[in-house]
Amino acid sequence: MITTDAAPFPQAGRVRSFVDFYLTTMRTAVATQFQYRAANYFYMLGMVAEPVIYLVVWTTIAKSSGGSVNGITADEFAAYYIVWTLVRNMNVVFGAPFWEWRIREGQFSGQLLRPLHPIHYDIAYFAGWKVVVVTLWIPLAIGLSLVFHPALHPTALEVCVFIVAIWGAYLLRTAIQETIGMLNFWTTRGAAVFDLYMATELLLSGRLVPLQLMPGWVQTLANFLPFKWTFWFPIESLVGDMSTQSLLLGLGVQVLWIVGMFTVFRFAFRYAIRHYSAVGG
Amino acid sequence: MNAIRVGWLYLKMGVLNELQYRVNFFVQVLQSLIQVGTGLVMLSLVYSHTTELNGWSESELLTLIGVQILLGGLIHAFIQPNMERLLEDVQQGTLDYALTKPEDSQVLVSVRQVRIWQIVEMISGLILLIFGLTRVGSSIGALDAVAFACSLTIGAFLIYCFWLIVTTGAFWLVRMEHVLELFEGVYQTGRWPIGVYPGWLKYSVTFLVPVAFAVTVPAEALTSRLHLGTFLLAVGFGIVLFAFTRWFWRYGLRHYSGASA
Repeated sequence: MITTDAAPFPQAGRVRSFVDFYLTTMRTAVATQFQYRAANYFYMLGMVAEPVIYLVVWTTIAKSSGGSVNGITADEFAAYYIVWTLVRNMNVVFGAPFWEWRIREGQFSGQLLRPLHPIHYDIAYFAGWKVVVVTLWIPLAIGLSLVFHPALHPTALEVCVFIVAIWGAYLLRTAIQETIGMLNFWTTRGAAVFDLYMATELLLSGRLVPLQLMPGWVQTLANFLPFKWTFWFPIESLVGDMSTQSLLLGLGVQVLWIVGMFTVFRFAFRYAIRHYSAVGG
Repeated sequence: MNAIRVGWLYLKMGVLNELQYRVNFFVQVLQSLIQVGTGLVMLSLVYSHTTELNGWSESELLTLIGVQILLGGLIHAFIQPNMERLLEDVQQGTLDYALTKPEDSQVLVSVRQVRIWQIVEMISGLILLIFGLTRVGSSIGALDAVAFACSLTIGAFLIYCFWLIVTTGAFWLVRMEHVLELFEGVYQTGRWPIGVYPGWLKYSVTFLVPVAFAVTVPAEALTSRLHLGTFLLAVGFGIVLFAFTRWFWRYGLRHYSGASA
């Protein structure tokens, strides 16, 4: 009689192999991305242009209107937009438009055959990449600080909340983008929808300006949407003067949004793969 | 002259090819609407806190944004697609197909690709520009209009030179696709009058990445701010940069050994 040696995985082994998968994928990402330092720097420099423009514009306005705009001084703008650069780097996730490439090139078929949900690979790979990104970001942040003199005096608690919040922002933005990415199962022209999302995020997340500068109704609207928890909250937790209560409450709301968005993604994904037929692979 | 004929032929082929995908027109219209909408929101946000930015009124800045979007459309339609293709060809080794043709290689790599639907972006920029101008109120003389057309052409040409210089760098660096993000990021500096930027940035976006020449100078022509000296400087810089681009392209080619197509 032929028997196989393969025993079913014990429960502890499953958890271990899960952790192992994450660590290995992250290590691979670090090793890969460190080789493309120049490419990573090009990307980052292009990214930094955006906040520098906002910063310069608002500094000019602050200076011409007596030192501050709505009570925000030039140095505080500098702090906001320099912390912005780190948050933005943390916010780089597997983008929705790449789902089109993944489906068209047949990459997705291979991923479906694996025992793990494909989203774990995205989360792990981009999380590993952050190690490289943050390392490369440090000299840039020092340079920006020397030029723009940010007013930054965080407390220990604020630093702790910030560190948790940037990872929360990473997970939340992953969930949002992956959900939008599901549209590519139905159309090859998701670009317009994606642009609409980017514009909404730009205005309602605190990416363009600190939300305090927006008209009241925009701020109210932003309260009901997930976007401000990916930019405004992490930045403000470090730069602003939030009370302990609102800091912790903020983290709680972030967690709720993450759980909510991943639930939406789960349904969207299940619906999408029923619709999927393979193209090579 | 042969180069112009070849270029024209490629352009016609590219247009015919693109015209097959008509839905892309509507996608492009939507994208342009979003782009213009975001621009207007930013503008009204800034001017809700101030009445002038570095001496530019809201209507004048609207003209500037119009020029920036118009030129952006031009870049996206004619320059960027070619440079992306060139980057890809160097990576994949398929550049040999272009190099083995008898026509001048720089001409060939610059005219192979066109995204004609981006014309929608150019039109939306033009609409903003005209709308801004009617609100500025001052009449535009024939001389201003000619200066605008000339400086916009020079600007597009400068951007082309810049792009080709950077792309030629792929002969050594190979992986350069992030340069696209870098350019898009830096190009956004053109949305605001160049005077607001601190010195180091002002000179970078004037001479390193010629956004200032490409966007600010034409907009200055329209709002009657342009000095003859600035205009002549743009022309001179264009000639020098083109000569350098030509030399650098050939120098790069000598270093390129192909990667077996």
